[in-house]
Amino acid sequence: MRVNVEVNGEQRTEDNVWEGESLLSLLRDRLGLPGAKNACEQGECGSCTVYLDGVPVCACLVAAGQAEGRSVRTVEGLADGDALHPVQQAFVEAGAVQCGFCTPGLLVATHDLLSRVSHPSDGEIREALAGNLCRCTGYEHILDAVRLAATRGGGRRDQEWRSPDRAGRPGAGAPRDTGDPECER
Amino acid sequence: MTTGLTRPDGPAKLTGTAHYAADADTSDALAAALVTTTVPNGRLTALHTADAEAAPGVVRVLTRADLPPLGELSTPPLGFPVPPLLEDTVHHEGEPIAVVLAETWEQARHAATLVRAEYADVTPAVPFGQAEDVVPHGGLVFGETDESKGDVTAGLAAADVSVTATYTTADRHHSPIEPHATLARWDGDQLVLHSSVQSVLFAQAALAALFGVPPENVRVFCPFVGGGFGCKGFVWPHIPLAAAAARVTGRPVKLVLTRAQMFTLAGHQPATRQTVSLGATSDGRLTALRHTSSNASAQLGDYCENTPHGSTWMYASPAIETSTRIQRLHRPGPTPMRSPHEGPGMFALESAMDELAHELGMDPVELRLRNEPEVDPLTGEPFSSRKLVECLREGARRFGWSERNPEIGSMRDGHELIGWGMAAATMDSPRSPSSARLRIDHTGHVVVETGMQEIGTGLPAMVQAVAAETLGCPPEDVAVRHGDSDFPPHTGTFGSMSTMGLGSAVRAAAESALEKLGAEPGDPLAGALAEAGLTELESEGRWSPEGGGMTRGRTGGYSIHTYGSIFVEVRVDPDLGLLRMSRAVGVYAGGRILNPLAARSQMIGGITWGYGQAVLEQSVFEPNLGRFLSKNLAGYIVPVNADIGEIDVSFVDDDDRVASAIGAKGIGELGAVGVSAAIANAVFHATGRRVRDLPIRIHHLLP
Ligand code: FES
Ligand code: FES
Repeated sequence: MRVNVEVNGEQRTEDNVWEGESLLSLLRDRLGLPGAKNACEQGECGSCTVYLDGVPVCACLVAAGQAEGRSVRTVEGLADGDALHPVQQAFVEAGAVQCGFCTPGLLVATHDLLSRVSHPSDGEIREALAGNLCRCTGYEHILDAVRLAATRGGGRRDQEWRSPDRAGRPGAGAPRDTGDPECER
Repeated sequence: MTTGLTRPDGPAKLTGTAHYAADADTSDALAAALVTTTVPNGRLTALHTADAEAAPGVVRVLTRADLPPLGELSTPPLGFPVPPLLEDTVHHEGEPIAVVLAETWEQARHAATLVRAEYADVTPAVPFGQAEDVVPHGGLVFGETDESKGDVTAGLAAADVSVTATYTTADRHHSPIEPHATLARWDGDQLVLHSSVQSVLFAQAALAALFGVPPENVRVFCPFVGGGFGCKGFVWPHIPLAAAAARVTGRPVKLVLTRAQMFTLAGHQPATRQTVSLGATSDGRLTALRHTSSNASAQLGDYCENTPHGSTWMYASPAIETSTRIQRLHRPGPTPMRSPHEGPGMFALESAMDELAHELGMDPVELRLRNEPEVDPLTGEPFSSRKLVECLREGARRFGWSERNPEIGSMRDGHELIGWGMAAATMDSPRSPSSARLRIDHTGHVVVETGMQEIGTGLPAMVQAVAAETLGCPPEDVAVRHGDSDFPPHTGTFGSMSTMGLGSAVRAAAESALEKLGAEPGDPLAGALAEAGLTELESEGRWSPEGGGMTRGRTGGYSIHTYGSIFVEVRVDPDLGLLRMSRAVGVYAGGRILNPLAARSQMIGGITWGYGQAVLEQSVFEPNLGRFLSKNLAGYIVPVNADIGEIDVSFVDDDDRVASAIGAKGIGELGAVGVSAAIANAVFHATGRRVRDLPIRIHHLLP
């Protein structure tokens, strides 16, 4: 089948996609965007988290065909050219990155959290990131990074980014204030 | 040196441009999926591949008849001694029997489910504990299986107080977030591999030997590893299978293990059963220490978890006796896992020390202080540095240990029982050769190249810092290139030894560059090159421990180890049996700390890892099915962020120039040691229940 999907603001078309393929494979193996990682292939770890129409999803659980006509934003689309997004900057400064394999998913999850809740409590942070496993850091520096990003207004800049993207999309107009990423454990 | 070095690898990891093995460009590659045995033993009698061959996207299904001949090779570098697909004998459930090659990964995985296998002579797998204990042999036995000094039986008889107890630890899986992945490409008799490994050197040597080509014909790329914790140290079957498939089809082949295959084809930490006996005088001085152990091992390879090893250098005792055995079972091959040997072993020793302290009515910190040895208690050799006493005192101070009421169940917070427990930690210090190349161009820009892969420990930042410190230039002027077997070799990122070896090699390379230039540290490099009439300068640095090869901690007349203390607070809900670790304080002596930010993060990760060992992680082996039951991250529970309470990590000064030229030792595994004992000891303090079997589960604590 053919899949048309907007990825990081660019319209992409891919032919001969097999029905059994995941959005994750479409992004990684066909569209040259390996940022989102395959780690458990069944929604347990959050490493493959991307935005689908502004909602974080586990790309391993979404069929490629389900992305038809929709928009996807991946970790590759967070930075503004060479300038890291404040969330990314906070992760490196707080020492929240070790092997880095969980990092793309955590960045998207954090980015989403801060765009909904600009100053989350520790409880809200833990809840929002509960679906993202990290085997290296012990999480403490990741929490530090989220707090740091929040104090720098990591969420505000994101909403600016979102508004034009969301215009005219039914059901995707306002930042969500309830609900969880689809992939939470 | 600056505190909190910024990672040069940070931006790439944050923007998705750091390329891990599975990220290598695969537009022309076939995707491979393994078909594996569904029984633990017996014989494979037939394989039916027609349905799979007819499935969408499938190009070919490879079975034994299709494989090129493979050379023989030992374990290690192989993780499991039999090259895959070569025998009808089934050694364990999950062993590869065919490789499906298709245009996409999903198609290959789908078709792999359509291959049918027939087996004969299958019997239930004998579980651990029901087979004979035997003495292990071979390359997967690390250290001596039997060690002793003095007369332990006499020491126990002479003791005023003695304790003997048996402790068990569970089968555990490394479960790095990145699964194993290999992309193999042949060009004539040249093989290029992108593979997620903890040693490009091992992968290169192993593939060259298996395929009968010289090592220089095999080039291995692995700049980034998404975590390994031991499971990517040795060469597991998928790597030669990917290379064989690429050779047979003439196309590049990408083989990514599924999460389920990570539970059978990449090792695990085997279950152990250990017995510790301690005897002491009434004032708390040890008269005898005996620590025996047995672990679950596979049919082949004899992987031995040498849990009593640390007990031979921890405490001053006139009599010490250790022994370690294995049981050969039909199960996947175990392998070292953070933290091998001392990780499970110190659970037993440090629990037993707590039991002894309780019997003596003595504070557990004080008991350890009273048994601090001046020299290695087994060999009588000096310690290169040993700051355990400092760690114990500082840990007690930071934790507020003096406020502890020693009476069981005496500390409460409303409904919850509070327990305070502690343990000492130690790791052996294996060391191994390393090398690096350093180049300075006419602008003064420095590039360091090394075969080492970045596995998350921040080695590029360490290399940058050591080069900058030695040359006296700003760290930003130093770029680091890594993870390519064409670069100077580094043994591997395992055994907590990379910083010592590689850091020392980088320093040697930088010193040699200065010497060639006749320059002093801090001299502007561009100017020094111009003065010497050079546009570029290259130097190589090598470092190896005494003897030139890989060594363990007892070498060159010294006893070289790392130490620490861990203090924890647990909260137990007495009605529900719920256990939480609300607070932990870890103080470590692990040599000179080069990058405090990365080191702290490593130790927090280690304590979290130890928490997983203590209360969460267990792979249940089901004997009738002959397999690990839950081969996924939903059934194998690893810590999530909400599990983790407050963690305070610090280091005591420890500059060990015997261990390495830069004063560093290894810390990658130390943080995970002792945590499980400290938690079990805290649980005893809270509830009066002595849990000797890990993980500690609700049923241990229910009324
Ligand atoms: S790979 Fe999608 S949640 Fe783990
Ligand atoms: S940094 Fe390695 S898994 Fe999170």
